[in-house]
Amino acid sequence: MNSLILRAATPFIVAVMVLFSVFVLLRGHNEPGGGFIGGLIAVAALSIYGIAFGVETVRRAIVFHPLAIAGAGLLLSTLSGLLSMFFHVPFMSGLWVYPVILGQEVPLSSVMSFDVGVYLVVVGAVTSIALSLEERGEE
Amino acid sequence: MNVVDLTFLVLCLPFLGAVVAPWLTRLLGHNAAWLLALVPVAVFAHFAGCSDAVSRGEVITGGYAWVPSLDVGFSWLIDGLSLTFLLLISGIGALIVLYAGGYLKGHPHQGRFFSFLLLFMGSMLGVVASDSLLMLFVFWELTSITSFLLIGFDHTREAARRAAFQALVVTGAGGLFLLAGLLLLWSVSGVSAFSALGPLGSVVRESPLYLAVLILVLGGAFTKSAQFPFHFWLPNAMEAPTPVSAYLHSATMVKAGVYLLMRLNPVLGGTIEWQVILPVFGAATLVIGALLAMRQTDLKLMLAYTTMSSLGLLVLLTGLGLPHAIEAAVLYLVAHSLFKGALFMVAGIIDHETGTRDVTRLGGLRGAMPLTFAIALAAALSMGGILPFIGFLAKEEIYEALTAGTVWTTILVALVIIGNALMFAIAFAVALKPFIGKKTETPLHAHEAPLLLWLGPAVLALTGLAAGVFAGALHALVSAPMASAIAGEARAVTMSLAIHIGLPLALSVLTIVLGIAVYLRMAQVRAAVASVLAAIGWGPDRGFDQAIRGLVRLSVAVTRRLQNGRLDTYMTATFVLLAVVLLVPPFLFGELASAPVFPDDVPLHELAIMAIAVVGLVTVVLAKDRLTAIVSLGIQGFSVAVIFLLYGAPDLSFTQFMIETLAVVILALVMTRLRLSVSDGRPFRQTLPDAAIGMACGLGLTLFLLKVTQGPFDTALTDFFNQYSKTIAHGANVVNVIIVDFRGTDTLGEIAVVMIAGLAVLSLVRLRAGSARRIADNDPAAEEASR
Repeated sequence: MNSLILRAATPFIVAVMVLFSVFVLLRGHNEPGGGFIGGLIAVAALSIYGIAFGVETVRRAIVFHPLAIAGAGLLLSTLSGLLSMFFHVPFMSGLWVYPVILGQEVPLSSVMSFDVGVYLVVVGAVTSIALSLEERGEE
Repeated sequence: MNVVDLTFLVLCLPFLGAVVAPWLTRLLGHNAAWLLALVPVAVFAHFAGCSDAVSRGEVITGGYAWVPSLDVGFSWLIDGLSLTFLLLISGIGALIVLYAGGYLKGHPHQGRFFSFLLLFMGSMLGVVASDSLLMLFVFWELTSITSFLLIGFDHTREAARRAAFQALVVTGAGGLFLLAGLLLLWSVSGVSAFSALGPLGSVVRESPLYLAVLILVLGGAFTKSAQFPFHFWLPNAMEAPTPVSAYLHSATMVKAGVYLLMRLNPVLGGTIEWQVILPVFGAATLVIGALLAMRQTDLKLMLAYTTMSSLGLLVLLTGLGLPHAIEAAVLYLVAHSLFKGALFMVAGIIDHETGTRDVTRLGGLRGAMPLTFAIALAAALSMGGILPFIGFLAKEEIYEALTAGTVWTTILVALVIIGNALMFAIAFAVALKPFIGKKTETPLHAHEAPLLLWLGPAVLALTGLAAGVFAGALHALVSAPMASAIAGEARAVTMSLAIHIGLPLALSVLTIVLGIAVYLRMAQVRAAVASVLAAIGWGPDRGFDQAIRGLVRLSVAVTRRLQNGRLDTYMTATFVLLAVVLLVPPFLFGELASAPVFPDDVPLHELAIMAIAVVGLVTVVLAKDRLTAIVSLGIQGFSVAVIFLLYGAPDLSFTQFMIETLAVVILALVMTRLRLSVSDGRPFRQTLPDAAIGMACGLGLTLFLLKVTQGPFDTALTDFFNQYSKTIAHGANVVNVIIVDFRGTDTLGEIAVVMIAGLAVLSLVRLRAGSARRIADNDPAAEEASR
C-alpha cells in the first residue's frame, strides 16, 4: 500500500506490537494473556508490516519460513510435554525450577515453554496464511 | 537370560535381521546371504530344542502382558502344531535366503529384498507362534503387508503391481473377516488365548453365534489359503521373484489359513457344518486347481495351480472328521512344503539358467544340468507319492482316511484321485519334461546352477527322502505331536514305507496309472481345458478387476455429486445441517427455552454497545460492496468483545479483539486474492433462501444458548480450578492455567490442528487454476480416454 503515513509509522508500531506480544505471552500465567493471544498480536504486527512494505520484506525480517516457525513451536510444545517422562510423572505434568538470576528468583517451567510453543505455532501458521494470501503474481 | 526372554528374542530376530540386511548387502554383495541365513538357522535351532519336550506331549507357553486392561497378551503357544510350522518356516526360510542370494545376485535392490523376506519370515513365525487371538491377527495382517511388498518387489512392471494389489485386497479383506471372527470367538468363549480355548470347545459349538464365528473365520482362512473362489490371487502372485514364490506360495503364507483351521479344529471342528463346508470347498479347489494347472505352460504357473490343489486337499482333510484324516493332513502338509519348495526353486533355476520358463520350449537339459535334474526328479517323485519319499506316506494315509465306504467318502475319493493324478502329471511335466528329449534352443546357454542356487532344493529333496525312510522318527518328532494338537487328543501315526496290500494301495496304483496317462496326453488335455475355459470366458480374476473398476466408478460418481467444487454448495449443506441439528430436536422433544426476561436495570453504556452491534449487523446486510460488509462484521465482533470485557472475561475479550482484527484482514485478503467482484452478485431468488438459512441458524443458536443458560449451573469445575490454579499449577490466571496446564493435552491437539490448517491453506493458495498440473483423480473414464 502506498501511504507515506503508514510507511513512516509502521516500523514503530510493529516494534511495539511485537514487544507487547512477548510481554503478553510471558505475563499470561498470572495476568490476562498467554501464548495464543500473544501469537495473534504478533501476527497482526506482521500483517501490518506486510501491508506497508510488501510480503518479501516480512519474509526477510522473520528469516525462517513461517511454517518452519510453526513446526518448531509444535515440537517445543510436544517436548515440553514429554519432559515429564524423565521425572516419572504423567505426560504434560508441569515441572518447575526456581533459579536465582542476578539476585532475583525467576520461576521457569515446562508450562512456560509449552506456552512459548503455542505462541510460535500461532505466529507461524497464521502468518503463513496471511502472507500467502497477500503475495500475488509472484513465484 | 531365561527361556521366556530368549523365545521373545528369537521371535524378534528376523525383524532385527531385516534392519541390518540392506546394510550387510551393501557391504558384502550377494554373499550377505550366508550371514543372513544365520537368522533363520538360529530360530530353527532354538525351536528344535523344544521338540523333545513337545514330542512328550508338553505344551510350552510364555509371554508378556500387552494390554492387561483388555486381557490381551503377547503370548506364544508351542505345541506339536506350531512347532512343525515354526521349523518349516525357519528351516525352509534359511534355504530360501541362500537361494535368493544366488538368484538375485547383482540385483540393485537385493538388500531390500532380503529385508522384506526376513520381515515376512518374522510375521509368519508370529502367526504360528501366537497364543493370544489378537496377536495372531496382528501378525496375520503383517504377513499380508509383507507379501504385498514381496509380490510387488519388481514394482516397475504393471503386472507385478496389480498382482501385489490384488493379493493385498483379497487377503486384507479376509483379514477383516478373521478379526471379526476372532472377536466373536473371544466374546462367545470369554478367553483371549488359544491355549485356554481347548476345554471351551463345546461352549462355542453350542452357542447360537457358532455359525457366524465359523463363517467369519473361514472367510479369513479361505482367502489366505487361496480356496476357490478366492484362489485367483495366488497364480497372479507368481509375478514375484521365484524365491518368494517358493517360500510364500508353497511352504508358508498360503498355509497360514490351513494352520488356522487346524488350530481351531478342536474348538470349531466336528460339527456338521464344519464337515460339509470344508470338504466341499476343499474338493472344489483341489479339482479346479489341478485342471487349471493343466492349461498352463509356464513352469511357475503350473506349480502355482497345483499349490492351490494341494491347499484344497489339506482343507478337505482337515474338515473330514474321519479317522486318519488329520494324520493324512499332517503328513501331506509336511511333504508338500518340502517337495513344492524344491520344485519352485528348480523352476527358478531353469528360468535363471535358460532364460525361459515355458515348458513347451524346454527340453534336453539333463546333460547341461544333471544335478538340477536329480533334485527335480526327487521332488517330483515325492509329489507323485512314490516310494520311498514322504509323499508316499502322505498319499497312503489320505487313501486310508477316505476309504470309509460311505457315499460321501466315495465321491470325495473319486475327486481326490482325479486331483492327485493331475498333480502327478504336472509334477513330471515340470521335473522331467524340460530335462529329457531333444535339446532345444533357449535364450541363455544352459549350464549347471551355482552352489547358492542348488543347495536349497537339494536339501529339501533329501529331507523328503530322509523323512520317508526314517518314518518312525518323523512320526515320533513331528507327525504324532502335530496330529494330537490338531485333534485335541493324543493321536499316533504309524504309516510306514512297508507295502501293505489293501484298498489304499490299489487307489495309489490307480492314481499313478491315471497320472502317467495324463502326462503322455498332456498337449491334448491342455487344449481341451483351454477350450472349456475359453467357452466360459469369465473367471474370478476378471471379476476382481470388474469389481475394483466398479468401486472406483461408484466413488467417482459419489464424489462428483458431493464434492462438486462449488463453495456455496458446501456452505449451504453445512449450514442447513447446522440449522436442522439446532432446531429439530428441541421441537421434537419439547426442550425449547422459555422466554427470557429482559432485565430492567441495564446501564446505558451496555445498551449503547448492543446498539452498535445491531448497527454493525444491519450494515452488513445492507452493504453495497463486500469490503464494507466485512468491516461492518468486525464492528459487531468488537461490540461482543467489549461485552466480554465488561462481564469480567479479559482473556476472552482480548482474544476476540485480535481474532476480529485478523478476520477482517484475512477476509479482505481472500477477497482480493480470489478476485471476487466488488459487490455481491447473487440474484434475489438465491439471496432469499440463503437469508432464510442464515436466520434459521441464528434462531437455533439463540434458542440453544438460552436453554443452556437457563439450566442450573454446576460450579464444581469452576470451584476446582479457582481453588487449585494457584496451589497446584502456580498460576493466578485460571484461563491460562487451564489452557497450558490442566488441559494442556487438548491445547497440544489444537495447535497441531492450527499447524495443519496453515499447511493446508498454503497448499491451497499455491494451487492456482491453470498453472497447476492436473491432479490425478483416479477417474477410470478419464484414464481410458487418455490412453
